Amino acid sequence: MPMKFNEPAGANPIDRQKVIGKPFDRIEGPLKVTGRAPYAYERHDAVENPAVGFVVGAGIAKGRIKSIDVTAARKAPGVLAVVTAETAGKLGLGKYNIAKLLGGPEIDHYHQAIAVVVAESFEQARAAAGLLRVDYAAEKGVFDLRGTKDTSVKPKPSGGDEPDSAKGDFAGAFEAAAVKLDETYTTPDHAHAMMEPHASMASWDGNKVTVWTSNQMIDWGVSDLAKTLGLPKENVRLVSPYVGGGFGGKLFLRADAVLAALGAKAAGRPVKVALPRPLVFNNTTHRPATVQRVRIGAGRDGKITAIGHETWSGNLPNGKPENAIDQTRLLYAGANRMTATRLALLNLPEGNAMRAPGEAPGLMALEIAMDEMAGKLGMDPVEFRILNDTQVDPENPERKFSQRRLSECFRIGSGRFGWSARKQPGETRDGRWLVGMGVATAFRGNLVMKSAARARLAADGRITVETDMTDIGTGTYTIIAQTTAEMLGVPLTQIDVKLGDSAFPVSAGSGGQWGANSATSGVYACCVKLREAIARQAGLDPLKADFADGQVTADGKSVALAGVANARDIVVEDGIEFGDLDKRYAQSTFGAHFVEIGVDHATGESRIRRMLAVCAAGRILNPKSARSQVIGAMTMGAGAALMEELAVDKERGFFVNHDLAGYEVPVHADIPHQEVVFLDETDPYSSPMKAKGVGELGICGVAAAVANAIYNATGVRVRDYPITLDKLLSAMPEVG
Amino acid sequence: MKAFSYERARTPAEAAAAAAEHEDAKFIAGGTNLLDLMKLEIETPAHLIDVNGLALDTIETTPEGGLKIGALVRNTDLAAHKRVRKDYALLTRALMAGASGQLRNKATTAGNLLQRTRCPYFYDTAQPCNKRSPGSGCAAIGGFSRQLGLVGVSDACIATHPSDMGVAMRALDAVVETVKPDGETRTIPVAEFHRLPGDTPHVENALEKGELITAMTLPAPVGGKHVYRKVRDRASYAFALISVGAVVQPDGTGRVAIGGVAPKPWRVEAAEADMKRGAKAVADGLFANARPTHHNEFKRTLAERTLGSVLTEARG
Repeated sequence: MPMKFNEPAGANPIDRQKVIGKPFDRIEGPLKVTGRAPYAYERHDAVENPAVGFVVGAGIAKGRIKSIDVTAARKAPGVLAVVTAETAGKLGLGKYNIAKLLGGPEIDHYHQAIAVVVAESFEQARAAAGLLRVDYAAEKGVFDLRGTKDTSVKPKPSGGDEPDSAKGDFAGAFEAAAVKLDETYTTPDHAHAMMEPHASMASWDGNKVTVWTSNQMIDWGVSDLAKTLGLPKENVRLVSPYVGGGFGGKLFLRADAVLAALGAKAAGRPVKVALPRPLVFNNTTHRPATVQRVRIGAGRDGKITAIGHETWSGNLPNGKPENAIDQTRLLYAGANRMTATRLALLNLPEGNAMRAPGEAPGLMALEIAMDEMAGKLGMDPVEFRILNDTQVDPENPERKFSQRRLSECFRIGSGRFGWSARKQPGETRDGRWLVGMGVATAFRGNLVMKSAARARLAADGRITVETDMTDIGTGTYTIIAQTTAEMLGVPLTQIDVKLGDSAFPVSAGSGGQWGANSATSGVYACCVKLREAIARQAGLDPLKADFADGQVTADGKSVALAGVANARDIVVEDGIEFGDLDKRYAQSTFGAHFVEIGVDHATGESRIRRMLAVCAAGRILNPKSARSQVIGAMTMGAGAALMEELAVDKERGFFVNHDLAGYEVPVHADIPHQEVVFLDETDPYSSPMKAKGVGELGICGVAAAVANAIYNATGVRVRDYPITLDKLLSAMPEVG
Repeated sequence: MKAFSYERARTPAEAAAAAAEHEDAKFIAGGTNLLDLMKLEIETPAHLIDVNGLALDTIETTPEGGLKIGALVRNTDLAAHKRVRKDYALLTRALMAGASGQLRNKATTAGNLLQRTRCPYFYDTAQPCNKRSPGSGCAAIGGFSRQLGLVGVSDACIATHPSDMGVAMRALDAVVETVKPDGETRTIPVAEFHRLPGDTPHVENALEKGELITAMTLPAPVGGKHVYRKVRDRASYAFALISVGAVVQPDGTGRVAIGGVAPKPWRVEAAEADMKRGAKAVADGLFANARPTHHNEFKRTLAERTLGSVLTEARG
């Protein structure tokens, strides 16, 4: 029976914070920096001499394959197999996929995989792939979101989110408001652009397949690979101990895993497949573009009386909308409110989750609108936000936030950043540079997911924890070890953590910033059980047992953990399930982002000078890895503000800049100085860990803070991201 | 990537002769562009001639007081060379604005000049491209063209030349030295080295089959202030939206070349007569026959504003 978390957590061993809350280095760090942590494409320790599959992507966005001639490819040197939809046999569609991972004859989007060519070497596979002759019948598609605004529809509710919400009389209150804002903002399609491309290595044993892969959600991946291949779930094993970045792009089963499995089957030997970089951008998922209309009405006192937020996005058939309005329902006070979500059909690649899905683009719009509104009111943007802060769900005032210290984040941040030095737009000059400061709210829900683990005490006192939880660069290994060490009263060096294997108990996985809190809570539950088992084995009363300094103590008797397990390891398995505390209380994470920027008066180039984030996100399990999450997210937000855009070819229907030279993300020179402050807090409504997540909080609001800083520097308001120089030039001052 | 044969050349003349003997031969030096293009099957040479062993990696003073830069001098070494920093600072600044440290360590002087466009449609073999596949059409015209050219372009191709170094070389009146397969040597002013696309955008320069660049020479120093300003969306490791390379003399005269706007480093000597009248007059001359797309028309304004800022800096 898993532990049920139905009531706020009381005092527990985690509160000791001897190990938890300390800035330990990543325990797997030495493996990674010395190249000894093998990633999916390098699992030559597990599979000897695999053949190599090269994926071929469709050269059209919509239409049909009339024919594929594989004759020359099959005859090419070293080729072992060529798999297409024609030869692969019947394939299912995963629960989390909307377009087939091996396309044909119908083509749903550009670079949808249509073949995998398997050969002895990578070079041979790639050369043979170039010999495929594909004859297409292209059809016209719909690729321009702005052109579809009028044909978009109200989508089905997804994940408990109703597409529309209303409270009070928005229209009347907005009309009557003394000060009003009604503006439209756009955000472009974004790529996850993770360092490690999607990659998998597959090996069959009879009708069972093992896939070493790079995936955030092992159990989803196992289920969907089984469904796609038509296998029972127990015949599929996924192994993903190291992931070179995911950001939501590896939440789901993707073509690399399916094609590695199909290629291995066809070739009769293990096969590895990595998506070539130019395929990653159109073959996989991306954050969809949005058009958003924000309306805010307020009294002259600055109090919001009406707030409305509408969003439009597009997707393939059966795809979901980008829920850009979710945060607006909870972020600021105001009696009269409305939100609306509309979805258009687009024949671009699938839109799906990317770091803070919904929240990130939603706050990109809302938090510029708040800055504009503060300007209209003649108020400081920080004071305007504090004035409209709320301790309750504005749609359901009887529902409180479990904890909400947003105003404190702003006050602390203002002081630390020197916010009071901010001048009126266009007033600060430093040589060639116009200098400005901007601020925005960071706000992201606290999701919780059930999570389980297995723990083992060996005779030598070492403790091993196994769970299918993943570490996508976040620090999961370390915080799970810290949780275990804290619970068992042993040093961190006594703990071994094994992750990312579907042979281990099912965890929360890495996504939605739920991973750290949920997975460590699962480990907590497992450790509670292990403590009981150890105490019993040591002949002590489990209810009185205290674990400290490598010993278990009860009734004045102490026993060293090393030696408790004799011939047999003590092994337990348990997990946690969450009740409705997240319904009874609004649970969120909060922050304030401050940005100072310089804009070249002549060229319009925007260069960030410094950034500060002040975050309130429950107990911080490891300040070093948490800071790393937040600064990475701030960097991603800076990219969204200044440069990141998947450029859509609206005729041909694909993302044109499909490599890392064309899709620019920030480099070191773009990010000179970042500071992160965490408020010292715990949230007992969240979990026994009293922690929340920070990985997505960190990106929420950043882009708007940058946009607002550019406005403060230049006096030019840009409402279409990214804020590239071409959007500023015509309004910039004379060159001198 | 297609399989290819490979040889190491021992002398420039031998390299040129070998290139003439093979169908589809290419020279390879740093390989920082060619290898990428081969992996994508945009370049499909059947034979590679490795020229790294040729003794073309020195920088020497010419009798005229200029510099002769061996074709194989790496970008890093060229940028760091004492005389280059002192007398041709524009070249150092342009080189340092390009690529990354790792790439500059490998990339050579001749290779930099010969690098191919970064047009995204050139890079996608599923798309038509007259440069990659003559006669197939141009997807960039009417497509996403923010990065592409607005002057010197044609109905067949609007690609830009991506080099920073080339902009400085053009402003400094560099000369390309070559050897042909028959051993004959010749010199080509850099102004005449790159070809405009017209209806043959796949023909990018004046080199004949097998002809090998052996050096670039710089005339005696011209003095003046040297400013290279590269404008881009991110602070480093990005190709120029536009770049301005200028040499400005104390009397306000000078020369200017622009990158990121044309199929070659763009310089119009006649326009430089207007240097004293300011950026607008010069830009009017530089872009007299511009034909921008909706996506890249901002480059005209950007170039003029950047030039204005550069002139202010040079005179300040």
